[in-house]
Amino acid sequence: MSKSTGKVTGIVSNLVTVQTDGPVSQNEICYIKIGDTKLMAEVIKVNGKNAAVQVFESTRGLKNGNEVEFEDKMLEATLGPGLLSSCYDGLQNDLTTMTGVFLKRGEYTDPLDHGKLWDFTPIAKPGDKVIAADWLGEVKEGWLPHKIMVPFSFKGEYTVKSVVPAGQYNIDTVIAVLTSEDGEDVNVTMTQKWPVKVPIKGYKEKPRPNRIMETGVRVIDTLDPIAEGGTGFIPGPFGCGKTVLQHAIAKQGDAEVIVMAACGERANEVVEIFTEFPELIDPHTGRHLMERTTIICNTSNMPVAAREASVYTAMTICEYYRAMGMKVLLLADSTSRWAQALREMSNRMEELPGADAFPVDLSAIISSFYARAGMVVLNNGKTGSVTFIGTVSPAGGNLKEPVTESTKKAARCFYALEQNRADKKRYPAVNPIDSYSKYLEYPEIRRYLSDTVTEGWVEMVEKTKNIIRKGKEANEQINILGDDGVPMSYHEMFWKSELVDFVILQQDAFDPVDSVTPMDRQRYMLELVLEICDREFTFDDYEKCRDYFKELINLLRQMNYSEFKSDNFNKFHEQLDKLLDNGNN
Amino acid sequence: MATTKAFQKTYTQLEAITKATVSLKAKGVSNDELAVVDGKLAQVVKTKGDMVTLQVFSGTEGIPTDAEVSFLGEPPTLKVSDQLAGRFFNAYGQPIDGGPEIEGEERQIGGPSVNPYKRRQPSQLIPTGIAGIDLNNTLVSGQKIPFFADPDQPYNNVMAMVALRADVDKIILGGMGLSNDDYLYFRHEFESAGALEKIISFVNTTEQPPVERLLIPDMALTAAEYFAVEKNEKVLVLLTDMTLYADALSIVSNRMDQIPSKDSMPGSLYSDLAKIYEKAVQLPDGGSITIIAVTTLNDGDITHAIPDNTGYITEGQLYLRADPDSGKIIIDPFRSLSRLKQLVIGKQTREDHSQVMNAAVRLYADAQNAKTKLENGFDLSDYDLRCLDYAKEYATRLLAIDVNIKIDEMLDTAWELFAKYFSKAETGIKQAFIDKYWPVN
Repeated sequence: MSKSTGKVTGIVSNLVTVQTDGPVSQNEICYIKIGDTKLMAEVIKVNGKNAAVQVFESTRGLKNGNEVEFEDKMLEATLGPGLLSSCYDGLQNDLTTMTGVFLKRGEYTDPLDHGKLWDFTPIAKPGDKVIAADWLGEVKEGWLPHKIMVPFSFKGEYTVKSVVPAGQYNIDTVIAVLTSEDGEDVNVTMTQKWPVKVPIKGYKEKPRPNRIMETGVRVIDTLDPIAEGGTGFIPGPFGCGKTVLQHAIAKQGDAEVIVMAACGERANEVVEIFTEFPELIDPHTGRHLMERTTIICNTSNMPVAAREASVYTAMTICEYYRAMGMKVLLLADSTSRWAQALREMSNRMEELPGADAFPVDLSAIISSFYARAGMVVLNNGKTGSVTFIGTVSPAGGNLKEPVTESTKKAARCFYALEQNRADKKRYPAVNPIDSYSKYLEYPEIRRYLSDTVTEGWVEMVEKTKNIIRKGKEANEQINILGDDGVPMSYHEMFWKSELVDFVILQQDAFDPVDSVTPMDRQRYMLELVLEICDREFTFDDYEKCRDYFKELINLLRQMNYSEFKSDNFNKFHEQLDKLLDNGNN
Repeated sequence: MATTKAFQKTYTQLEAITKATVSLKAKGVSNDELAVVDGKLAQVVKTKGDMVTLQVFSGTEGIPTDAEVSFLGEPPTLKVSDQLAGRFFNAYGQPIDGGPEIEGEERQIGGPSVNPYKRRQPSQLIPTGIAGIDLNNTLVSGQKIPFFADPDQPYNNVMAMVALRADVDKIILGGMGLSNDDYLYFRHEFESAGALEKIISFVNTTEQPPVERLLIPDMALTAAEYFAVEKNEKVLVLLTDMTLYADALSIVSNRMDQIPSKDSMPGSLYSDLAKIYEKAVQLPDGGSITIIAVTTLNDGDITHAIPDNTGYITEGQLYLRADPDSGKIIIDPFRSLSRLKQLVIGKQTREDHSQVMNAAVRLYADAQNAKTKLENGFDLSDYDLRCLDYAKEYATRLLAIDVNIKIDEMLDTAWELFAKYFSKAETGIKQAFIDKYWPVN
């Protein structure tokens, strides 16, 4: 099939109209020539012979009449060993191999190193029957067994004709020859390409998530846990700690592979990852965090159209590792920027706008993206998962806006960051009442928590939430009726909720000890706090009640700051016990 | 900026004129290219077939349909060299101080972004002497941060003060819709500080057309990049007032019949602002660009699209607020934030910085609750009363913008206030710090 060409006939910012001389397809990639450089663009609308393309670069200097070459393929990701510890832009150009301090327009770099040799070990044997995504062999990528798979695009069954013996090969070496049902031989290398907007299938089934992914963040793990293979989102006004929370999850999340998509956000936040991750140690494996991390970075000043591509590129890489049977965590900050990129384009194409000028299909786009996450059972019976947490930056901090509302329909966990809590420096500023995890309703998750944390754990969590709710009501009554206008029990109720707030909900992301709380410690502290909340106190006046609880809170917080069950921890524990034994009088 | 070029093509038939744009049939025109329409500078913003739409910076008043239009073949440029230092320019980069033209390399403004991988993590504290900033919202070189302020607050004075106290090699002022009085104020402050040699100004005053303002940030940042990238200098860029810049954006998009999004702002506002603010950078060879901007608010409304989008882009924000209890203008500790402070506090400052800062603000929040109780007519507890007294002293001695002390002194002051009004447990600070820093008397 010959490729179509065309000529530029109109330009508004990065929306370019191209008159074509042949067939083009929706989402096809094309290159617009400008001098010696070529600008990559994607077809987003076709009308007769005119294709509207969004250019992934600045269109400065572009003229009507400039030539365009169509590629007869959609935007693709290159998959293969070497993706981890890489840093890509939204189109998967390797940012580390680019020359110069400034990004050069039209500079496209290879995502993978073609020279590097990998230690290959075969898995499949000649004669094996295989289908797309089946494992042919593996190489060690860092400490992870990176499977070399039958390319996802292969249709039908193949017979393995030959596999190279164990040894060192680069990614372009033919490592296996497969014979199709028609008797045709095809070569397989360690790398393959896949269109980013199409979900990678190649698994047997997609069951409901049935276990929890630990993050070390108490307000998530204890109160509203996210399932492995689950979806969650974090909306919040600026300054409420979205990024700090997301980085904490990235550092501590119990996943084998982490993909971070910095989508339309601050460049310095990505620099923070570059700078800190190579130094940080994964609490689960003891290896450097960077070894299991891929960064897709399309910061707010990089071309807008590539923002949309960046989240899809990131998801495709996640699905690739999931097909190897790995636990993958995808963090996207922020999906609102991606939605805004869609809005800019829709606006330039003069489409009829939906709410807040966003495109009308925004909700559908978001939910089909979230649907790509999940736990899967592979053809060989092993499981893999992609857990997805996105942040949302609601305009004006108002959660009744199209992106938040659309995401709420798609994601199963909701971590609402609240301005009021952030103002009071109660971090992480997750509102414990508005937030939820639908996974707590799953019988398989409840069973899992009962088995792995402790019997009746979910009931304890529900009880905790109830304490917070009652405390809030009591506080409202106190504010309306005054300290003396309510029974003492209201004060007690309020202070019990403050105890939960200060000891369980609040967590210091910058303290070496407090920042990560393993599940057994979370259980220990919650049991301790609930035991205190179960006690009946009698106070003479509300000031005594307040002072007493403040002392309790102080001691419990000191425990949070101390190594679990260390001398210091035990010392504060003893002081706490003494205070409790002495009672409140 | 040159107004004549050898390869000029001249057209004399305009097809359409709006308040900010003109359209005509022309060939071989490139996107973003400059043109001169009836002697006024304009820029290509849209082409469709033969039809070209130009945005006329100074407005289209008096432009006739048979106006002479010539295309200049390139986007706006600035001549950069060391000669820029100490000079004042208009939005087109032309001197307005009566001095000679600048000789230097002609550079397109609004150039490409720094490869994020080549950036370095900002790590150098910029002390200002103002505790509301240094203690609660520490600034770091390479950061971008705006003041959110109502129009009646002294934001330009605070900004000038911060700029002159900061240890930087160059200060570049980008004034957009600056009143003539404020322009002269800056000029006077810079001159009387004897700092003129390290200051470069690009100024569009209220007397000049609003659309011209759109060039100011790019001009200022092109100059900044010259000094930061080529000379490895520490550059501080002051942008005031970004709200007026955004207003100019909405004028242009409105004239081009674009569908407005929130608050009549163009749908691309976030990207437009990000392109400017993200020029703030710590470069690998030591140079840096730090941006301090002003975003004026309408009656403190931060949910408006301009401050809202700004807040999502910048690394924090500083709120100025009049505090009735202390009678001072303070840096509001609740809504203000410096996202990069974690990179320096406790590292380049004393170990107790983080905990002291948080405890002080938490207690200040308790004082606000007490105030609410008081307003609702309830009796105050002893703790409430102590909080209120503390709040007043905290505002006067630490939050007010007229404070000028060293950071250690700020921390000591905070400890002094804790000890004066509270028990150790009430502060909730880590025991190790209490043991070390709680004042003994």
